[in-house]
Amino acid sequence: MLKALLTRARQGHRTMRYPAAAPPPLPAHFRGAPRIDPARCPDGCQVCIDACPTEAISLAGDTIALDLGRCIFCPECESACPEGAITFTDDYRLATRTRADLRLQAGEERKLADALDAKLRSLFGRSLKLRVVSAGDCNGCASDVNVLSTIGWDLGRFGIQYVASPRHADGIVILGPIPENMRLAVRKTYDAIPDPKLVIAIGACAISGGIYAGHPEQHNGAETMLPVDLFIPGCPPHPLTILDGFLRLLGRIEDRVVRAT
Amino acid sequence: MNGDLLIRRNAEPAPLADVPLVPMTAFQSAILDAVRDDCRVVSYFAREVRDAIELVSVVADDATSELGFVRTRLSDSRFEALTPQCPQVHLFEREIAEQYGIEPVGHPWLKPVRFQRPLRAGRDFFPEPVPGVTDFFRVEGDEVHEVAVGPVHAGVIEPGHFRFQCHGEHVFHLEIALGYQHRGIERALIGGPTAKTIHYMETVAGDTTIGHALAYAQAVEALTATKVPARAHVLRGIALELERLANHTGDLGALSGDVAYLPTASYCGRTRGDYLNLTAELCGSRFGRGFVRPGGVQFDLAADRIETLAERTQDATRDTVAAVALLWTTPTVMERFENTGTVEADACEEIGMVGVAARACGRSIDVRHDFPFGIYRFVHIPVMTAHHGDVNSRAFVRWLELQRSASFVAAQLHTMPTTPIRADVSASLVPGSIVASLTEGWRGEICHVAITDPHGRFARYKITDPSFHNWFGVALALRNGQISDFPLCNKSFNLSYCGHDL
Repeated sequence: MLKALLTRARQGHRTMRYPAAAPPPLPAHFRGAPRIDPARCPDGCQVCIDACPTEAISLAGDTIALDLGRCIFCPECESACPEGAITFTDDYRLATRTRADLRLQAGEERKLADALDAKLRSLFGRSLKLRVVSAGDCNGCASDVNVLSTIGWDLGRFGIQYVASPRHADGIVILGPIPENMRLAVRKTYDAIPDPKLVIAIGACAISGGIYAGHPEQHNGAETMLPVDLFIPGCPPHPLTILDGFLRLLGRIEDRVVRAT
Repeated sequence: MNGDLLIRRNAEPAPLADVPLVPMTAFQSAILDAVRDDCRVVSYFAREVRDAIELVSVVADDATSELGFVRTRLSDSRFEALTPQCPQVHLFEREIAEQYGIEPVGHPWLKPVRFQRPLRAGRDFFPEPVPGVTDFFRVEGDEVHEVAVGPVHAGVIEPGHFRFQCHGEHVFHLEIALGYQHRGIERALIGGPTAKTIHYMETVAGDTTIGHALAYAQAVEALTATKVPARAHVLRGIALELERLANHTGDLGALSGDVAYLPTASYCGRTRGDYLNLTAELCGSRFGRGFVRPGGVQFDLAADRIETLAERTQDATRDTVAAVALLWTTPTVMERFENTGTVEADACEEIGMVGVAARACGRSIDVRHDFPFGIYRFVHIPVMTAHHGDVNSRAFVRWLELQRSASFVAAQLHTMPTTPIRADVSASLVPGSIVASLTEGWRGEICHVAITDPHGRFARYKITDPSFHNWFGVALALRNGQISDFPLCNKSFNLSYCGHDL
């Protein structure tokens, strides 16, 4: 017992102050929102498009467009581009309310997730219970969704909690592309949640199928089956990106528009 | 080893034509002889060759670091199952039936593995598979009842279906049905490598990104005769051990949480994140995405960051060691850990368990030691074992290993060679070749076998995650236990669902 108390004293208080204070530092090579600088693109160059494993980059007129819903935030485009026209910034804020807001063109502003409407905020704003369903997720997204429950992040202080039963839930979180073998389980879980309910898709797989898009064994993510209210891109998204998404949805973070380039 | 086997080392390629193509009886006796001589079957799979089906097997001799290759062709859509004489191939033979529509006759429990469609179109051995809908072993009798759990579980974890035959709290038998995570990886790998291949590897089991990406990189390097620079070997080793540190720490915390001992659960929950953040310092991703690439690694570690990283590793390890040490002196924890979920040493060997779970049964096997690769050819990490095969032993092996891994990381950070970090890799693989590449992920042995076609593309790429060998161990661990101990037993293995389901 004495040892336990001593260890407790040494481990100290570890819950971060974010969002009241600055977020925890991000790692050196962190890949957040990408930045496109079309001025640097040589004519007819398609190196980044060819390097992208998920067809997230496409030609849009004389510039390129980027689909953050498909992007797995791998370094391939950045390392392939000889001109530095595409780079990853350390902007961790990525969540949106619509799929369209994830499709970016160089020079456009990025529109981050709006809060729920007043009625839903009055229902969920101070208590949001989520049933997380891993459906083909590689345990990357599951791990960083789970980590928000640990003491460093302490998701409970925002009134957000992961629950075991869909009957106790206000919404479903989908991780993974939804394999055919999970389709029925996802459907039943969703149906078991009482109305009104939210659907949150976390990670490239749950948003677009990610690297598995097009495989006949899966369904290209949540949107093909359910009405999605919040998209949190990444592969997997950093815990800070996920938390930022949750808090925006509940109207606890206000800045909604950031420069894309 | 048997004369019908072609002998190669870990990640040493061979022309496919050199692998003996023998009749079925000789193929099976080559495997049986090897297993009798204490070898293990690390891979055993089918592939399509024109209109015929070829079976390929790789056996591993832990004592001599040799891998033995043998193959046979089937003239029929059936063959006599090896499982009754060699239980460790039971799941491989079920997989062969499911993927290629051929029947291992006499297999004692022939049912789907992943409820997937066959890789060979139109050859459904299990037509119209529906996940979880299959025969389950049933115990009949007064007051005997069945408990079904999953696919969706109570926590934030991957899906799987567990069927218990119980008498009150007492578990007679547990049967595990997986396949819910099946994403079609092996099918998609055929014809590769493509721009997607490395990303499939990084997400075979997303908590083992480094382990699987490394096995793949070694296979490609072998098939392109690429020499990996020394600094890349060191960085890969650091990343692999950080992955082990993060997961072992997370598991020890979760085990502690499962027996309601919250101090260790809380501290380890945090320090696990510290290790993930250290991996992120290497490559920007907490799970090591984007780090390992054929030829080396994609990110270097600047000299001015090495000291910080070493300090942070030391801090995280100090806190983890202090947190985990509490477990061994807390009677309520020991009471729950000891003699819970025991797998006997004989059973462990018979079903071919690997990794932490096998070492907890006293089996001294570890790819880093037995089939050394990369940096482990030069720097040796002692193999840690425990001897009771219970939850406590599985926890204790993790505790021993994480301390060895931390020392390794600290030492390697300070002895980094000054070579480049990546070698150029030829775009084309040697045609008509085979290679088996093994690594020791944090769960255990990862085995990738690549076979190239005449154009240097993957004709077949077989992935075996340690979970594939070990899931049956979870079922055995529950026998004659309490159903309330299931979460604890399951966590003590912490196997991958997606790594199994592919």
